[in-house]
Amino acid sequence: MSENTFLLDGEAIPFVPGQTVMQAAKAAGKYIPHLCWHPEFKPHGSCKLCTVKANGRFVSSCTMEAAAGVTIENRTPELDDKRRTLLQLLFVEGNHFCPSCEKSGNCLLQATAYDLGMMSPHFDHFFPDRPVDASHPDILLDFNRCILCSLCVQASEQADKKNVFVMGGRGMRGRRIIINSESGKLGDTDFAASDRAASICPVGVILKKRVGFAVPIGERKYDQAPASVVEVTK
Amino acid sequence: MNANTATPAKTKLRVATTSLAGCFGCHMSFLDIDERILQLVELVEFDRSPITDIKHCGPCDLGIIEGGVCNAENVHVLHEFRKNCKILVAMGACAVNGGLPAQRNHLDLRDILEEVYQTEPGLTHGGIPNDPELPLPLNKVHPIHEVVKIDYFLPGCPPPADAIWKFLTDLLAGRTPHLGHGLLHYD
Ligand code: SF4
Ligand code: SF4
Ligand code: FES
Repeated sequence: MSENTFLLDGEAIPFVPGQTVMQAAKAAGKYIPHLCWHPEFKPHGSCKLCTVKANGRFVSSCTMEAAAGVTIENRTPELDDKRRTLLQLLFVEGNHFCPSCEKSGNCLLQATAYDLGMMSPHFDHFFPDRPVDASHPDILLDFNRCILCSLCVQASEQADKKNVFVMGGRGMRGRRIIINSESGKLGDTDFAASDRAASICPVGVILKKRVGFAVPIGERKYDQAPASVVEVTK
Repeated sequence: MNANTATPAKTKLRVATTSLAGCFGCHMSFLDIDERILQLVELVEFDRSPITDIKHCGPCDLGIIEGGVCNAENVHVLHEFRKNCKILVAMGACAVNGGLPAQRNHLDLRDILEEVYQTEPGLTHGGIPNDPELPLPLNKVHPIHEVVKIDYFLPGCPPPADAIWKFLTDLLAGRTPHLGHGLLHYD
């Protein structure tokens, strides 16, 4: 094996020192399932979908720095099985009614679940009562679908320099995205539809108004190709 | 080994289907398999189903359930199917996760009934129906796997006919049903 490579499912993957396993894998066209990781932002390491086995130990590939000679397992039945379980937990924890969701077909959670062959949510549903915020003229927020990936927080803070979204609260039901305005409403912030944070949400929480079905169901991002292809080509 | 020249008579698999808290859209999509239904009836015969109008389910190889569980009658029907069917399949979004009816789950049932039948202007104010013939609604709508054991899930709202066909032909051939990209849909 040449110096700066590691083995991913038996294949030598080159890397530039400082790259994470996720970054190097993506650059080599190899898909590691992920939800909270986005190439533009620092890894958050919270969803654990990207968990791989590095030299036999579980580790998040979006936060692990690539190192020469490491042997990494990725798309093994064992790991994909655990990933399916994580997805099922996310589905029952929120309210994911895909048939009535504008994001359907463009949703990374849904597309990842398709790719991993998730046939059912398996667990009992929480059916939580979460708010919808339609106060902004151009943007709708439906927190029923939030997976707490923190990408909106990062995008608003780092790209837009606005800090509109904040992660707050504690515990299973308490932890949530809070809107940084006195009323707690998006309409009372300087949030704009052109902000990076307005188009960063991987699921159907932050939605632009009046364009929900501009692209019909069936012709959307993950209708064209599965997540395993889209996520390493974009 | 005996040379057995006679082919054993093919016994057809017995299939029952029903719609609980669903819209019959999955059954309509099932009929969209069109002329492939002729191939299907070579392999299966129908027990209780909207297709036969048989009222109660007898012993079956396969039971297909559309819709979630929203009232007491749904619970009884689901138990009848589980008791009689060797394999039980949840077909469609409502059976799989409660679907549209489950979107009432964060609301109080009494509030909903009062709003619909008593307080909402423009709706008839005949009072909340309480005819003993009507099954009692449950406080929450449940996906069917929360009530009985389900062997296979076929998501979609509705699952497209091609997905239903692929699913059934896999199952009838003794394979674990596999829907790839384009056939596996939650919407
Ligand atoms: S956010 Fe994604 S998974 Fe959730 S309901 Fe919308 S399309 Fe489905
Ligand atoms: S609103 Fe969207 S981007 Fe923000 S944390 Fe929730 S899922 Fe992630
Ligand atoms: S993608 Fe690595 S933890 Fe979410």
